Amino acid sequence: MKLKYLSVAASLVLVALAGAAVADGIATLRGGKEIQETPDAPAIGKTENKDLRRVRNYPEQPPTIPHDIRDYEVTRNANKCLSCHSRTRTGDSQAPMVSVTHFMDRDFQVLATISPRRYFCNQCHVPQLDVKPLVENTFEDVEDLIKREAKGND
Amino acid sequence: MTNPIKKGWSLLTAIWRGATRPAKYLSIGFLTLGGFVAGVVFWGGFNTALELTNTEEFCISCHEMRENVFAELKSTIHYSNRSGVRATCPDCHVPHNWTDKIARKMQASKEVYGKIFGTINTREKFLDYRRTLAGHEWDRLKANDSLECRNCHSEESMDITAQSTRAGKAHQTFLFTGEKTCIDCHKGIAHDLPDMTGVPGWE
Repeated sequence: MKLKYLSVAASLVLVALAGAAVADGIATLRGGKEIQETPDAPAIGKTENKDLRRVRNYPEQPPTIPHDIRDYEVTRNANKCLSCHSRTRTGDSQAPMVSVTHFMDRDFQVLATISPRRYFCNQCHVPQLDVKPLVENTFEDVEDLIKREAKGND
Repeated sequence: MTNPIKKGWSLLTAIWRGATRPAKYLSIGFLTLGGFVAGVVFWGGFNTALELTNTEEFCISCHEMRENVFAELKSTIHYSNRSGVRATCPDCHVPHNWTDKIARKMQASKEVYGKIFGTINTREKFLDYRRTLAGHEWDRLKANDSLECRNCHSEESMDITAQSTRAGKAHQTFLFTGEKTCIDCHKGIAHDLPDMTGVPGWE
């Protein structure tokens, strides 16, 4: 009996907390809708297809894909990305070559072709959609941090 | 018992004798008009049957097509797109021109053989055979300068300013100069690809 009261009390506290969360604006991903209601799905964004390289946010960031890749097959059988970005195809395609780091195996031994562990491009490289971010992003470029630091030391 | 070969031969000679002599009872009017009507019926029937085999419903009435290539087509732009114009199997795989169509249909008798003897009646068999089958289509489209693509996609009507930069550039450099044809670059756009080892452009 005691346990039952306890669990009821616990769930009441949870509901109250959830209410507070809504009030704080944390539940924005649901569009401010009640939990029983189904919010309208946001429109699906269009893939940015400008063919212009984007600045990387940090040096090790895998560059994002500046074009549409609908139906590009990357499987055991075929790799559509490599039909432009492989070393031998860059002459015809004028596309940037796959980085030489992708030719290395896990012991940093450089192989003749893409290392199998770097073969599936979409594991790291993704196209970008033209949409508004769902949540605020406070990321700062390291260059800006360095600049600010330098200014502060003046 | 008479010899069946002998019996068949005598039937053939009887037909030949009947066919080479003038009609005894039927008028010339009946024969010409009757021949004309019969011709229309036969020709119409032949073409109707031909067109019946030239539909997607016919193709996907076999599980080999329905569960492999048709299933793969469904997610591609040739099946699902913004304007709802779509390509059906024969749009790309059967020439529209009559003589070419008949030639392709005659070739297809081999596919009937394959169906009867179950050459690709499981997914595994199909995958094992896929490189060969795809190769046939690539060769055919290469030989006819991608005719079936061009039935819809005309070079003249292609507005390269409406294309993405790299597509426009590639079409200007390779397509408009006649250096390459559609299928050289656009392989596997409507179906999954086979193992592409050794296929030019897929190094």
